[in-house]
Amino acid sequence: MRVSLFVPCFVDQLTPQVGLATAKVLKRLGHAVEFRSAQTCCGQPSFNSGQWDVAREGALRTIEVFRGAEVVVGPSGSCVAMIKKFYPELLKDTPHLAAAEDLAARTFEFSEFLVNKLGVTDVGAKFAKKVTYHDGCHALRELRLKEEPRQLLRAVKGLELIESEEGESCCGFGGLFSAKFPMISTAMVQVKGGALARTGADFVVSSDPSCLLQIGGWLSREGKPILPLHIAEVLAHDA
Amino acid sequence: MADARSDILARIREALQVKAPKPHFKAEETAGQPVKIAKPWLPDGGETTEASLLILAEQLAKLKAVLIRVPDETAAGQAVADLARSKAWKQVAYHGAPLVRPVAAALPCPAWEADASFEKQKLEGCDASITSCESIVAQLGSILVSSASSGGRALSILPHVHVVVARVDQVVPDLATAIALMQAVHGEKMPSMLSFITGPSRTGDIERILVLGAHGPKELYLVLVG
Amino acid sequence: MSDAKQIFIKDATLNAADGDQRAFIRKALGGYYVNRDLQKARYRDWERARDAASLAKWTAVNDLANQLEKFTANFERNGGVVHWARDSAEARAIILKIAADVNAKAIVKSKCMTSEEIHLNDALEKAGYGVVESDLGEFIQQLRGEAPYHFVFPCMHVKREAISELFTKHLGTAPTDSPEELTMIARRHLRQLYVDADIGITGANFLVAETGQISITENEGNARLTAALPRIHIALSGIEKVVNRLDDLAVLLPMLATAGAGQPMTCYNTLYAGPRKPGECDGPEQFHLVLLDNARTRLLADPEQRDALHCIRCGACLNVCPIFKNIGGLAYGTTYQGPIGSVITPHLRGLKQWNHLSSASSLCGACTDACPVRIDLHHHLLHNRRNAMKQSPSLFDRAFHAGFGFVMKRPTLFGLGGKVFRATLPLLKKLPLPYMSAWLKTRDLPAAPAQSFREQWKDSDHG
Repeated sequence: MRVSLFVPCFVDQLTPQVGLATAKVLKRLGHAVEFRSAQTCCGQPSFNSGQWDVAREGALRTIEVFRGAEVVVGPSGSCVAMIKKFYPELLKDTPHLAAAEDLAARTFEFSEFLVNKLGVTDVGAKFAKKVTYHDGCHALRELRLKEEPRQLLRAVKGLELIESEEGESCCGFGGLFSAKFPMISTAMVQVKGGALARTGADFVVSSDPSCLLQIGGWLSREGKPILPLHIAEVLAHDA
Repeated sequence: MADARSDILARIREALQVKAPKPHFKAEETAGQPVKIAKPWLPDGGETTEASLLILAEQLAKLKAVLIRVPDETAAGQAVADLARSKAWKQVAYHGAPLVRPVAAALPCPAWEADASFEKQKLEGCDASITSCESIVAQLGSILVSSASSGGRALSILPHVHVVVARVDQVVPDLATAIALMQAVHGEKMPSMLSFITGPSRTGDIERILVLGAHGPKELYLVLVG
Repeated sequence: MSDAKQIFIKDATLNAADGDQRAFIRKALGGYYVNRDLQKARYRDWERARDAASLAKWTAVNDLANQLEKFTANFERNGGVVHWARDSAEARAIILKIAADVNAKAIVKSKCMTSEEIHLNDALEKAGYGVVESDLGEFIQQLRGEAPYHFVFPCMHVKREAISELFTKHLGTAPTDSPEELTMIARRHLRQLYVDADIGITGANFLVAETGQISITENEGNARLTAALPRIHIALSGIEKVVNRLDDLAVLLPMLATAGAGQPMTCYNTLYAGPRKPGECDGPEQFHLVLLDNARTRLLADPEQRDALHCIRCGACLNVCPIFKNIGGLAYGTTYQGPIGSVITPHLRGLKQWNHLSSASSLCGACTDACPVRIDLHHHLLHNRRNAMKQSPSLFDRAFHAGFGFVMKRPTLFGLGGKVFRATLPLLKKLPLPYMSAWLKTRDLPAAPAQSFREQWKDSDHG
């Protein structure tokens, strides 16, 4: 299969290794991977801020960028949910609805793609560490992905998966929410990050780089001995 | 200016000019009434009488209500009399129903047929009340009382203890059946009050800690005859 | 910035920093989660049951005028009197007039959020009536002179020590740290008040069109007493509480209890059909129902968010909301707190004043999953944000997103912008920039990589 990568802005600018790891795993499974460099942002910050006109332009651009792609795979539940769930909503009363639904049907979150589309749970990774998993809210509740990432992690050689309290609680990122209401966002990450740290895991793994930015940023500030890691980075680990 | 009723109804009709999408589930399932399509999804009330009675007993125990099974009316009177002695009731109010009168007559303390000569201040001073009921819902452990079958509105709620005397055949599997039965019995002439009682009165208002007997009865007994 | 928003930011900031209080709220809700899950497990299919519950409310709300007409005709056939109120002032005036007509002195109330919405107690007290809240939580909040913290659990934020002090001060009782004893103090105090009151005021959870009955859900028995002992019963309800059929309640009553309180059913689910009937030994002489619009028809006119009127006020969305749990119910400044309050308050009281509640959400969606009638709560927060931006966009927001949109359309500029951003990040972190400095107050940002993904990527490596 020829996979077109959908790389979130965060990943592009702050954690490029997540994008590279995603590609590495897909290539290891025998798929060709391309990156269409005309892509920018999916428009979610504007969408969430109520600026639907700006978001709509972003949606139309993204639809154009991925025209003809066999499948589009993104290492982010949040950005993929934007395409799969919210592009059709944004474009529902326009002539572009069919194109939005077409892209939505071809687009997958990384763990969703591996488990549900390819039927793969063991990607041949080794990672002898204790990890706990954080469900990003978009992956969990917009895309209904809960077991998929866990199946992948359980198949990683040497990896010990520990569930945390507050398992389904939000980390408090919420895009611009984290900066517009920093006190509420911080209270939320205190609850979530505290529970993650109490697991005693070496790493907190998630399919969402934006949650990891929030959780990792707080854990780092508090000096907690647990590091953020994207699931693609775990799955890319083979030594 | 139009009256409020016409105004509000006009606003509603205006607002509903634009249709809202129907909840999105499978078409064949939206044709039925909610209660009918929901039946297989709601908690089980038992397919047989035996199954229902088992569920009922389990539910009542969880609710901290006490179920007393007795073979006949004499035994019912005995059981309630024992209760009265052990709890040292001084005054009991009861509902003048055929199933209740003999039980009240067997009490070792004064008993007052409250619905025959109702006085709220007197009722306030009673230790316990004894009533009959309309039906009992196994699925949820609920007892349906009414102003018709349970001696008015206050009798089953004001005293500190409430004893319900009922026959086993008054147990129905689920809430839907109890409601259908209620409608079949009363039709358009519903009693002015019908109440599903599910366990003794309770509150969690202080620190979400369960306390029984907030305002209504602290103890609830179901004496099931047969 | 609206006044309401300023107060919200101030209170939310204060409460979010109170770790002790936040832990207390989480602990109080702990038992609820356990019980809720136990009860949900008894449903043979909880998710499908939610479909049925949602259908019951959808059917009623989308035929509201006809169902209300049917309901009122049946209610009056049962011997009750219906009053219609376009707004709070009309509703208060109706109730004050009834109180004057029957020459009332003392009024006992059971829990009714609609009465909080219309500020009924103030009006009654100003007119010289003694008004007592009988629900334990509401009674405590009345003594505290504070609005309910949670529309189902009104005083869940108050510790037992504070309640003990409150009772000592107002009722002269001895201090105790037992919730049981505190409950009994209130029980003893309120008992005679039911007997002496002239009017009992209740809310209504459901209005049954088919039979003209109103349904009241409670645990304590105070609503039962309120509707049994005083000689006049007045119920106050929003117009949206209608269900078409009596048997809809066979779905809605258990689900309300399970979602809201983790119970199979609440203790008392009572249907009232008129005042005392001939042959009945007790009950009120008159039964009045006040039906309130108060901008509900404005929400009804928005088909996108009309499902918010399906709300059965179970409070499940508050119980799972991380915002609610961290800022507390009082910070909202609304009658209805939590996600449902954030959705409906802008419709009821103005989008410009109240949109900040829709913005103050990470959109995590826990509320939508918890809602027994499937209200699309967190997406409605997005809809409110969009509507607010259409109505009165702030200059800053407009400029910020216009700039953002401009860059996003130009991949080269985006790449370049990213490069500059990464290069200057150490410097940016030191500047008092909006957003950035708010973030950095409590969280670090990772060091920027030398090269972005797009700079490192070569298709040829991955063919």
